[in-house]
Amino acid sequence: MFKGIYNWIDERLDITPMWRDVADHEVPEHVNPAHHFSAFVYCFGGLTFFITVIQILSGMFLTMYYVPDIINAYASVDYLQHKVAFGGIVRAMHHWGASLVIVMMFLHTLRVFFTGSYKAPREMNWVVGMLIFFIMLGLGLTGYLLPWDNKAYFATKVTLQIAESVPYLGPYIKELLNGGEIVGAQTLTRFFAIHVFFLPGALLALLAAHFFMIRKQGISGPL
Amino acid sequence: MAHGHNSKEKVVFVGDSRVKKGSMVNIPPDFTAFPGKSEAFIPYFLLKEWMVGVVVLVGFLVLTIAHPAPLGYPADPMNAAFIPMPDWYFLFMYQLLKYPYVAGDYVVLGVMGIPGLAFGALLLAPFLDTGKERRFYRRPIASALMLLSLISVVYLTKVSWDHYQGQLEATGTKPEHIIREEKAREAYEKGQPAPSVVKRAKPIAIVAEDDPALELMKQNNCLSCHASDLNGNSGIPALRGIGDQFTKEELANVVTNGNGNMPAFKDKLSAAEIDQIATWLSKQKKAE
Repeated sequence: MFKGIYNWIDERLDITPMWRDVADHEVPEHVNPAHHFSAFVYCFGGLTFFITVIQILSGMFLTMYYVPDIINAYASVDYLQHKVAFGGIVRAMHHWGASLVIVMMFLHTLRVFFTGSYKAPREMNWVVGMLIFFIMLGLGLTGYLLPWDNKAYFATKVTLQIAESVPYLGPYIKELLNGGEIVGAQTLTRFFAIHVFFLPGALLALLAAHFFMIRKQGISGPL
Repeated sequence: MAHGHNSKEKVVFVGDSRVKKGSMVNIPPDFTAFPGKSEAFIPYFLLKEWMVGVVVLVGFLVLTIAHPAPLGYPADPMNAAFIPMPDWYFLFMYQLLKYPYVAGDYVVLGVMGIPGLAFGALLLAPFLDTGKERRFYRRPIASALMLLSLISVVYLTKVSWDHYQGQLEATGTKPEHIIREEKAREAYEKGQPAPSVVKRAKPIAIVAEDDPALELMKQNNCLSCHASDLNGNSGIPALRGIGDQFTKEELANVVTNGNGNMPAFKDKLSAAEIDQIATWLSKQKKAE
């Protein structure tokens, strides 16, 4: 039956070349952990993506309960953590996943660096990867405020003070993120919007570019 | 079809569309250039990658169950004693800014100079390290710089964390999420419900509820707008606690002459009755 559906769609849209591109390409032996155990270092990129998918899914479930305003933000996180079935698990996944994604990305970056895989013709992919790194740091920074407990509040206050000390642009950056004079209602809604819409949008676009370039150029050869 | 396939044409279109027929054939490049056994991505290679993924996933889930995500007490901007702490992966930058030669007058160096140089170099690494050589031991400068950066990041993070632990000890504070967890556990062991830390504003109580003035107000339909629980409606003020906002004279004036949407009651009520109501309303103060 699946064959029938596949053929029906293929007749109309000619998806076989697309499938070949995504799924049917050959993967060389030197990155295959089944052949060389040490090749697990080549898995960190895939694991980063895996954790990112977990972050997106758990984040989607968190927004079902989270309320981004200063009166209810903490109460909604408290409710989610202690009253909702499996809410504590979903929040723990998002919390620890945020750290794990940084760890995996860090290891992936080191693997690419020390195997010299960023060299020609893969320079652009390295730059895109670094941009993904910065987006991830931004996601960590904005997500830290959202539970609206003391730790979140004072860390953000310090972060914005540091941002303010940038010459010339500092006060503007601070005001843009703050949405006013103090860390308050506007800051929380802005960080929420940046964390949930702006940065994930940019992240998905960059990930698409990253994967497209990997497929176009293939994996770098053995050392 | 409007046009047939004419091989003399320079551009050949696919079907009747304007899509050019490309010369690229959709055959994936093979890896015969590489030694050893290559295999297809789906399903063979992905399965092996997924096995590594499963190991990570199990470890990750064990972590989430063993350590719930921390949650302290609600943000209180007036809390002056709280020791601010960013997430662990920002600690190295946080620590950097504590050194006198990259802070104060030289803060530009701390927030722009050093991080800008380090992250800029990382971002542009392929354009700085342009040699053909890929093995790390054959490109000592790039590798040494990276190792040096790694060591400094680890060192700064460690110093920052130790400093934080020292601060906690010196001030005798425990992180709030730990205090919360301990209190919840104590309550659980005693069989009590977990202590709630979410504060809700208490409703303002009605003062002297058995006063005949309230009955008088009910008869005159005051409560049809100000709500039967005296909490008001959208745009209509609550009468609970109204004595904190207006004096008796002001209240009497509003009841007598009206104000905005509030109708005047001077024709319906006697001056004595208005005085009775205004006296009662002026007593509606929030309990201290």
